[in-house]
Amino acid sequence: MSIQTLIAEEQPEHFAFDKASEKEIKKAISKYPEGRQASAVKSLLYIAQKQNDNWIPVKAIEEIAKRLDMAEMRVLEVASFYSMFNLKPVGKYYLQACGTTPCMLRGSDDVMRCIKDKLDISSGETSACGKFSLLEVECLGACVNAPILQVNDDFYEDLDYQATKDLLEALEADSPPDVGSVMGRQGSEAEGGATTLKAAKRSGKKK
Amino acid sequence: MPKLTVDGIEVEVEDGATVLQACEEAGAEIPRFCYHERLSIAGNCRMCLVDMERAPKPVASCAMPAGDGMVISTKSERVKKAREGVMEFLLVNHPLDCPICDQGGECDLQDQAMGYGHDASRYGENKRAVSEKHMGPLIKTVMTRCIHCTRCVRFSTEVAGVADLGAIGRGEGVEITTYLEKTLASELSANVIDLCPVGALTSRPYAFVARPWELNKVESIDVSDAMGANIRIDARGNQVLRVLPRLNEDINEEWISDKARYAIDGLRRQRLDKPYLRGEDGRLHPVSWDDAFAAIAGRMKKTKADKMAAIAGDQIDAEAMFALKSLFEKVGSPHIDCRQDGAKLTAKNRSSYIFNTTIAGIDEADAIVIIGSNPRIEAPVMNARIRRRYLNAQIPIAHIGPELDLTYPVENLGDDMAVLEALASGKHPFAKQLKKAKKPMVIVGMGALRRADGSAVMALCHQLAEGVGMVTADWNGFNVLHHAAARVAGLDLGFVPGKGGKDVQGILSAATKGEMDFVWLLGADELDTDMLAKPFVVYQGHHGDKGAQCADVVLPGAAWAEKDGLYVNFEGRVQMARRAAFPPGDAREDWAILRAFSETINKTLSFDSLNELRKQMVAEVPVFAKLDEIQPAKWAKFGRTAKVKSEPVEAGLDEFYMTSAISRASETMAECYQANQAGKSAIAAE
Amino acid sequence: MLADKDRIFTNLYGWGDAGLKGAQARGDWDNTKAILARGHDDIVEEIKTSGLRGRGGAGFPTGLKWSFMPKEVGLRPHYLVVNADESEPGTCKDRDIIRHEPHKLVEGCLVAGFAMRAHAAYIYIRGEFFNEGKVLQAAIDDAYDAGLLGKNAAGSGWDFDVYLQRGAGAYICGEETALIESLEGKKGQPRLKPPFPAGVGLYGCPTTVNNVESIAVAPTIMRRGGAWFAGLGKENNTGTKLFCISGHVNKPCNVEEEMGVPLKELIEKHAGGVRGGWDNLLAIIPGGSSTPLMPKDVCETMTMDFDALRNAGTGLGTAGIIVMDKSTDIVRAIARLSYFYKHESCGQCTPCREGTGWMWRMMDRMVRGEAEIHEIETLEQITRQVEGHTICALGDAAAWPIQGLIKHFRPEIERRIMAHQAVTNAAE
Repeated sequence: MSIQTLIAEEQPEHFAFDKASEKEIKKAISKYPEGRQASAVKSLLYIAQKQNDNWIPVKAIEEIAKRLDMAEMRVLEVASFYSMFNLKPVGKYYLQACGTTPCMLRGSDDVMRCIKDKLDISSGETSACGKFSLLEVECLGACVNAPILQVNDDFYEDLDYQATKDLLEALEADSPPDVGSVMGRQGSEAEGGATTLKAAKRSGKKK
Repeated sequence: MPKLTVDGIEVEVEDGATVLQACEEAGAEIPRFCYHERLSIAGNCRMCLVDMERAPKPVASCAMPAGDGMVISTKSERVKKAREGVMEFLLVNHPLDCPICDQGGECDLQDQAMGYGHDASRYGENKRAVSEKHMGPLIKTVMTRCIHCTRCVRFSTEVAGVADLGAIGRGEGVEITTYLEKTLASELSANVIDLCPVGALTSRPYAFVARPWELNKVESIDVSDAMGANIRIDARGNQVLRVLPRLNEDINEEWISDKARYAIDGLRRQRLDKPYLRGEDGRLHPVSWDDAFAAIAGRMKKTKADKMAAIAGDQIDAEAMFALKSLFEKVGSPHIDCRQDGAKLTAKNRSSYIFNTTIAGIDEADAIVIIGSNPRIEAPVMNARIRRRYLNAQIPIAHIGPELDLTYPVENLGDDMAVLEALASGKHPFAKQLKKAKKPMVIVGMGALRRADGSAVMALCHQLAEGVGMVTADWNGFNVLHHAAARVAGLDLGFVPGKGGKDVQGILSAATKGEMDFVWLLGADELDTDMLAKPFVVYQGHHGDKGAQCADVVLPGAAWAEKDGLYVNFEGRVQMARRAAFPPGDAREDWAILRAFSETINKTLSFDSLNELRKQMVAEVPVFAKLDEIQPAKWAKFGRTAKVKSEPVEAGLDEFYMTSAISRASETMAECYQANQAGKSAIAAE
Repeated sequence: MLADKDRIFTNLYGWGDAGLKGAQARGDWDNTKAILARGHDDIVEEIKTSGLRGRGGAGFPTGLKWSFMPKEVGLRPHYLVVNADESEPGTCKDRDIIRHEPHKLVEGCLVAGFAMRAHAAYIYIRGEFFNEGKVLQAAIDDAYDAGLLGKNAAGSGWDFDVYLQRGAGAYICGEETALIESLEGKKGQPRLKPPFPAGVGLYGCPTTVNNVESIAVAPTIMRRGGAWFAGLGKENNTGTKLFCISGHVNKPCNVEEEMGVPLKELIEKHAGGVRGGWDNLLAIIPGGSSTPLMPKDVCETMTMDFDALRNAGTGLGTAGIIVMDKSTDIVRAIARLSYFYKHESCGQCTPCREGTGWMWRMMDRMVRGEAEIHEIETLEQITRQVEGHTICALGDAAAWPIQGLIKHFRPEIERRIMAHQAVTNAAE
């Protein structure tokens, strides 16, 4: 990976945090003891990413370095180390499909195939319409609700080919469905009702 | 002091030592790539694994603190297998392009593969290819060879104090790079080439120039600044091809500046290889030595001694200055000076012009004030020592002069010399910090001493030193930071105006007024040569730089790498630079030129060999008797009390790369200069 | 089967209110002041009595770990760091605690933090748990508003802060020293040990890093007594545990059960049995992806606890059970884990950086049989060259699944190689 492949080719000339971001930054830095403000670097990268359509330009890295009194190189190292920071633009719906074994065993191949069929994109690509980007990610930590497709910040669980298709269509229409299990499970209980905690009442409605 | 058993041998090591050091103490050789004594411990290469009793798995000896009673084995079958395993991993993605790698023959990976490598590879997959990274004019990268030991990253971050280098990505995709592939902006950058255990970072100017076994290696001294870094000069035939640092704990440890390393290509360009005489057409024409000498002799005969002057340059060996001084003594002129920049230093009292604390002494300093100097470019390696001292002890450091990035936090006290007055009188808040300190230092540079009020500055420094108790039985905190390699020797030799003699400014202004008819420039290029239009000028030196351009006669001399010569570094340490090549063409060693010329005017100098010259020099100036040592100088009064002037205090140098005839002739230094200026203007543009 | 009355996580499935009121109704934050009034060391003793072993994978006794913190607070403050970077494939238990029982975790922070004389806890949550993090942050905020955190937390006289930091996509940050590095704003690269975090941890201060579940059970243990907890499960493997059952079962789920529960019972009672019946079982990874798989015959009588699984050459790990039936491409299933470890290697030390990529590439070929028989031996040797030679345990974790595969399914690998050779030979 050269620097050219790491970061976006087209970079904005300026970056400035907006008012909402500034508020978040203040909160983020306040969590750490004096002189330890570098601890907030991931928070600031997130804030920049959120403000900038889900990707982080170089100017933002430099601004963050300045804010946190860090070397620019150190911020770039962090930004390139963690997989959730996008140093290049992504689509409005950033699809992160888990392909690790627990999801694979439950049909993540079908989820991928559906995305390929529907959007004609593979991992690392953005759809022709520009609205969708796909990344195959590693274990999302919701294995008993596998397979999982993370769309921006939200998990869609218990997917299969058809459910993925429905989901993509809903996203295309900009009407994302409720997050969570697509088969109506509330959490990690067994499908059709838990085997334990009989006394507890199931609220019945999904969050 | 823990006691350990290593391979059955009991050793006792210092507290805080590592198992690796204990193993070495016991004579066991521990292979390593990432570990480096002068860098923080990374423990990432895993080559130094050893067996430790009761440990379930091999431990990285570089990172394991030595503990009392530890039983270590470095030769067990498990250790051998572990190292072979690591070596195999290092090689799977290493290109094995040794035949076309400049590191070949001096490569740690190559050497250790002899001990721990297999004869054939089991790796049948595709090898990783990594794109090259731009790091500037000095460092050539072949990043596919990188083994990710991070020595370079740690050096630049920790020692050089420039956090431009880092490792981006993760896993097998980790790549070492500078931030957005900018030039590594450090005066010490090329040390990463020495540190790189493989051929990932190699020398760009030296790329494909020579193989190590073709080179003649000479141990010498660097003269690009006044620190006297110990170096090794590598030459093939008569060409100086490479300069590498040589270990000297008291001076440069194992680092050298980029200028020390790379100005050497200047030795091949713009050289004066014949005597020249200015003809009636106003141009310099090559002539024989006899004709050149005759022209000078003729002119001298017509000139009164009082109208003759000699100025010695910044990179001249002591022997040449001694010879020129002896010649002018015989001629009877008192107008000699070695202080081209007009520094108001006198030769009377050695403690007034050397770096009394010594470089190693910085490790004990607990407060520093720097006056009129930018040590980062005037003595970069020493500056790294100040930085380390800061990192170890967070000592307060202040500076009088322009705002500078010295790679450590510095309180800028402003650029008004009145601040020094306030410090000296104890009124300034920082004076309290100095007073509180047990081992305070003042470092005064040429930016403060070349001013018209330099003597007053010296007096104030003296007052400050006494006032805050900077000089005690075992500590002298007063330091002059020279950046001219010849300067301390010049002062030791008394190459300063004699009774009624004029200093450099005096000589130049007399020359403009037509009151100085003959000026001998011995490698002196750092002065305003426009002022030398009227007198007859002899330029004795090695480069067609400023001095030669204004000369009526040019006498080609040997450059520092082409002769044996003594230099005294700013600490007052006498060291010998050695000949690594012969001077080009008709150029000769300076002392020999002067000796030969002296005969022409019947003022024959009383030595027939360099040895005889040295004997006389030592007899006159005993400090030259002992090489490599510093004799502490007696503290005495210096300076002349007067009001200081209001003009802003400057640093001694404001540019690093092109500061001498050699470095100005160097294409490499020119490239560095341009890259550096481009970097600066990029920052300024923001 | 564990009785409901002995379950700690009574809102595991999120049926009730995860907020402060709901939590209090379930008994959380009930006179926390009284727990703290027992003093630092008494809490540590009670946890020791409970026999609680760390729930993050290594199973180190939690009370003992807490006792490693200095007894006096010197110039450097103490820190509790909670590892909520749940990323081990097969594991999704902490997610449920965070989103459905956040107050158990927050209260646990106070109890554990107080026990180790810390005034602050940092919870490091994996970045992907965005919505879970929002729930947890709300719980923290509510606890502050209710005086349960902050100055004089819960009226105990002890000041205590809890802060949440998001990770950003790096499995390695689940390693405690990598997590500390990440908390400090660096790349998540594990530190060399020694020094250990209890001596030099976050910001160079004494620090204990605990898994979410370990911390979240602490208040209940304090309320019901270490003896109660120790009375559940087996000796040296006490208490209850959250199990995650994923893969080829009819009803994948999380469930809280007793330690030492038989694996077969766990699967059949709670997860609706193996898809196609128990006899359709091929193999099970018992404790998250790092633990070597067990073929069916080992699974028959296996109990789910640290010691039994260790004796079987695998481990309880995070209790993330990945079930694979006979339809599984077992080589691909493990190869996919090799890819995971290659992807998640931090790249710091040689054996892991170079070895994980090499192992994955060989595994990838073995999936298709594109290899020589002797390469199985080579692959096995490479796993041994990685294992035990790295800075952290990721190298081991990458090696073990492959070792398990070769140990139990070598004939399957050989079969593929020979089949592939037959095809290529025929083509020639």
